[in-house]
Amino acid sequence: MNALVPLLVVLPLTGAAVTLILGRHPRIQVAISVSSLVVVTVAAAVLLVVVDTTGQAAVVKVGGWEPPFGIVLMVDRLSAIMVLVSALMLLGVLVFAIGQGIADGDRDTPVSIFHPTYLILSAGLFDAFIAGDLFNMYVGFEMLLAASYVLLTLGGTGARIRAGTTYIVVSLVSSLFFLAAIALIYGATGTVTMALLSTRIQALPLDVQIILCAALLIGFAVKAAVFPLSFWLPDSYPTAPAPVTAVFAGLLTKVGVYAIIRTDKLLFFAVPLTIPLMIVAFFTLIIGIFGALTQADVKRLLSFTLVSHIGYMIFGIAIGSELGTGATIYYIVHHIMVQTALFVSVGLIERVGRSTSITHLGGLLKKAPFVAVLFFIGVLNLGGIPPFSGFLGKVGLFEAGAESPSPLVYVLIGAGALTSLLTLYALMRVWNMAFWRPAADVAGYESPLLSNLRESPEETGGVVTATLPKLMVGATTGLIALTVCLTVFAGPLFDLAERASVGVATPTEYIDAVFPGGAP
Amino acid sequence: MSASLTLVVLMAIMYGAGVYVMLEKSLTRILIGFVLVGNATNLLIFMMSGRAGDAPIIDGGATGETTVDPVPQVLMLTAIVINFGVTAFILALIYRSWWLANLGDEGDDVTIDDEDAIDAEEAEVYHASLDEDDEAVRAQLAAAGDDSDDDGGDRR
Repeated sequence: MNALVPLLVVLPLTGAAVTLILGRHPRIQVAISVSSLVVVTVAAAVLLVVVDTTGQAAVVKVGGWEPPFGIVLMVDRLSAIMVLVSALMLLGVLVFAIGQGIADGDRDTPVSIFHPTYLILSAGLFDAFIAGDLFNMYVGFEMLLAASYVLLTLGGTGARIRAGTTYIVVSLVSSLFFLAAIALIYGATGTVTMALLSTRIQALPLDVQIILCAALLIGFAVKAAVFPLSFWLPDSYPTAPAPVTAVFAGLLTKVGVYAIIRTDKLLFFAVPLTIPLMIVAFFTLIIGIFGALTQADVKRLLSFTLVSHIGYMIFGIAIGSELGTGATIYYIVHHIMVQTALFVSVGLIERVGRSTSITHLGGLLKKAPFVAVLFFIGVLNLGGIPPFSGFLGKVGLFEAGAESPSPLVYVLIGAGALTSLLTLYALMRVWNMAFWRPAADVAGYESPLLSNLRESPEETGGVVTATLPKLMVGATTGLIALTVCLTVFAGPLFDLAERASVGVATPTEYIDAVFPGGAP
Repeated sequence: MSASLTLVVLMAIMYGAGVYVMLEKSLTRILIGFVLVGNATNLLIFMMSGRAGDAPIIDGGATGETTVDPVPQVLMLTAIVINFGVTAFILALIYRSWWLANLGDEGDDVTIDDEDAIDAEEAEVYHASLDEDDEAVRAQLAAAGDDSDDDGGDRR
C-alpha cells in the first residue's frame, strides 16, 4: 500500500514528460493525462480508505534513507483528503478543458504545452500535500507555481502577460520568504523533517519561535490570499482561460491554507496565534466581500468571494479546538469543490452569453436552462443556503467558535454571517441580471443594482462560438454533482474531517508514524 | 555554529539592493532584484552549514569541528536550480512583454508585411510567366507570320 504514496507524484511527472514528447499527437496526450489523473484519483481514494480504517499514516522513506537524513513522504487523513479532492477537481477540469479544446480548435491555448504543464501542476500539488519535510514542501510549491506561471500566461496575449506579471512577482517574493524561513529554521534546529522539527522547535525560546512562525506564515499567507496580502489575486486569476482559473481558484489558495494548518498544529502549537489570526480572518472576510459587491465581471466577482471565504478557514484555524479544525477541513473541501464548479460554469456562461460582465449578459435562463440550473446550485451552495454544504461548513465553524466564547469570536461569527449574506446578494444579482433579465432588455437597461459597478479593466471574453460541447457540460455537471454529494453525505464526511483534525492536532501521532522508535 | 561576517555583510547588502531594485516598475529591474534577493537567500542557507571554508566531507582523522554540515549546501543547490529556472521564465516573459509593447498583438499575426511580401513574390512570378507567355506567343506568331501573311486577314 505504501507503494501508492510516491505514485501520486511520480505518475503525473512521468505523464508530463511523455505528453511533452508527444506534443504533436493531441489524442495520445489526452489519453495519457486523463489516465494518469484517473489512476492518481483511485490511488488517493485507496490511501484514504486504508489510512482511515487502520488509523495509521502511510510513511515512505524515499530511497530507503532513515527520516532525519532522507526525505519522508507522509499521508495521514488530512493529506489523503486533500489529495483525493484535488485529484477529483483536476480530473473534472481537465475533461472540461479537453471539451473546450476540441470545440475551439485550440486557438488561444496551444494544447501541446497545456497537458504537460497541467500534469506538473498536479504533481506539485500532490507533493506539497504529502511532503513530510519543509523543504520538500517548498519544492512542491515551486513545481506548482512554475507550472501555474505558464498556465496563467498561456497564449501570451497582452492582458494575460500583464496579469501574469503581478502574479509571478508576488509569488516569487512569497517563495523567497518561505525559503528564508526554512533557512532560519534549519539554523535554529538543524533539521527540516517536520516530525523532528515538531519536538525540536519546542526547545527554542518563545521569541525565536514567534519569528520563525511569522516568517513561514507570511510566505503561506501570500499564497492563501489572506487579507493584507491578498490584493494580487483578483487582478491575476480572471484573465486566464476558464479551466485554468477554475483550477487556480479551487486549489492553489488551499495549498497555502493546508500549509498554515500544518505549521500551526504540528510545528508552532506553542505560539499564541489565536488573536492575530482572528483579526486577520475578520478583515479577509469583510474586505473581500466588499470587493465582490462592486464588480460587474462575474469572474472578478467570484475571485473576490474566493478571497473573502479564505477568512472562514483562517477563523477555523484560529479557534484551535478539534471541532474547529475539523470544520475547517470540511470547509476547505467544500470550498475547493464549489469554487471550481462555479468557475467552470462561468466558463459555460461565457460561451453562451459571449461575455462575463453582468451589464452585457441577459436572457440566459431561456437560452441555456441547464447551465442556469448548474450555476444556481453552485450559487446557493457558496452563499450558504441550507441544506447545502456551505451552510453545514459555516454552522460547524460557528459552533466550534461558540464553544470557546470570547468577544472576538462573536464578532467573527457576526462577520461570517454577514459575509455569507453578502455573498448571496452579490451572486443573486448575477442571477437576476444574467439569467432572469430578458435578453431584449439588455440595451439601455437602467437599474440601481447595476449603477456603481466596476467593469473588468480588460475584456477577457474572446470566445465567439456559442456552441456548448457535451463534454464541457458533462464535466460541469459532474463537478456540481460532487458538491451535492458533499451535502448528501455530509454526516460521514464531517466525521472523517473530525478524525483528520484529531490526527492533525496531535503531533505525537505524526511523530510516532515517522519515528516508530521515538524521535532521535 | 559560527558564521563568517563577510558573508553576513554581503547577504545584507544583496538583500537591501535587491529589494530596492525590485520596487522599480521595469520588469528587467524586478528580475535583477529577484536574482539579488534569491542569491542573498542562498547565502543565508549556506551560512547555516557552519564556518565558511571547511569541507563537508568527513575523511580519516577529521572531526566534527573541522567539517561543515552538508545538508544546507544540498538545499541551496536545489534552490539555485529553481531560481535559475524561474529566471529563465521571467526572461521569456520580459521578451514577450517587450514584444507586445513594441508590436502589440498584431506582432503575432503572420503580418500584413509578410503577406505583402508573399503577394509581391507571387505577382513577380505571375508577371514573369506572363512575359514568358507573351514571348512564346510572339515567337509563334512570328513563325506563323512567315508563311501565312496573306490569308491572316481572312481568318479574322
